[in-house]
Amino acid sequence: MKHMTITHHLSDDLLMAYSAGALPEALSLVVATHVSMCPDCRAALAAHDAVGGAVLGTCGEAELAPDSLEKTLARIAAARPETPRPKRDDSLPGPLADYVGGSLSQVKWRALAGGVKQAVVPTDRGATARLLYIQGGVAVPDHGHRGVELTLVLQGAFRDETGRFGPGDIEVASDDLEHKPVAEHGPACICLAATEAPLRFAGLIPRLMQPLFRI
Amino acid sequence: MTAETEEAEWARLMLRIRDDRDAEAFAALFREFAPRVKAFLMRSGSTATVAEECTQDVMATLWQKAGLFDPTRASVTTWVFTIARNRRIDTIRRARRPEPEDLAWGPEAEPEAAEIVERQQETDRLGRAIAQLPPNQRALIERAYFGDLSHSEIAAETGLPLGTIKSRIRLALDRLRHQMT
Ligand SMILES: [Zn+2]
Repeated sequence: MKHMTITHHLSDDLLMAYSAGALPEALSLVVATHVSMCPDCRAALAAHDAVGGAVLGTCGEAELAPDSLEKTLARIAAARPETPRPKRDDSLPGPLADYVGGSLSQVKWRALAGGVKQAVVPTDRGATARLLYIQGGVAVPDHGHRGVELTLVLQGAFRDETGRFGPGDIEVASDDLEHKPVAEHGPACICLAATEAPLRFAGLIPRLMQPLFRI
Repeated sequence: MTAETEEAEWARLMLRIRDDRDAEAFAALFREFAPRVKAFLMRSGSTATVAEECTQDVMATLWQKAGLFDPTRASVTTWVFTIARNRRIDTIRRARRPEPEDLAWGPEAEPEAAEIVERQQETDRLGRAIAQLPPNQRALIERAYFGDLSHSEIAAETGLPLGTIKSRIRLALDRLRHQMT
């Protein structure tokens, strides 16, 4: 995952919302995964975190319980060792690997329409995350969406009306952008996508299939 | 003592915790930070009881995760903020918080003392920049970091972070980028 040329980055408001802890889990997962691949956004996130530090530094002091330090030391003494994470290989960035059993080979794909597979990544409500596997040359069904949709390329590349997206690139789409991503010819394009609200397909038949596939 | 030397002193204490598991240094940082963390959590909407519990948890985490503290990347105040934010999400919102993994930074260079000082001063400069904002802008920044604004509310406040904050963030960013490449 090193030495990628990333041209599409996270927006300032997403970085700030992630830093402030205001994103639903699915969006946080995509942000954390992109940041794991991108030194630029990692630096930007550190700067947003420093704003959080400045806010913490200026919000005053509250009176502690009299035995606060003793209780904290007792907590430290009683702490159990952390449960080890699932074994990972380096097929996926760390935060994502933790959600799918450690490796791309562990992902349980489900076929959608021709050439497209998906795997829902379980997160809390408020947004949904899923992995998409799109065969080279194949189009992802046309869809519009409410709220924010993030699409992070892990392998391969896709193009849509707004440009080319290769490994590490993230597309931040909001509101009613109707876009038509098509995977580049060659190896399959694997993406991590998260949406704030369920997608609605533009075509009738995919719309009927929507509840079935939870896309 | 000025704020800048305070941050430098906190960084020294934090390194004693990290490198020597120094309990006295921990007690000193506890006195400085536990009351701030508790105030931060109460401003985030927690009751005093929940904030007290969570503060103890945050400070215990500071000890347990001390090995991850890197004074060239974050001031102690910023680092404590990230722990407090994560515990707030974990225990109060009961959600999972995916965290980025560390990038391979290439050959580990010996950190320069000047870099550490720079990083520790950043928080203070940002704090002063926030203090100089018009009250309504300042309140927005604070509410965002207290966890009071949803993502769409943050996005709707376009121009956030504003003015001087934005240029401060840019400066901090340029320095970090320079340092990380
Ligand atoms: Zn980026």
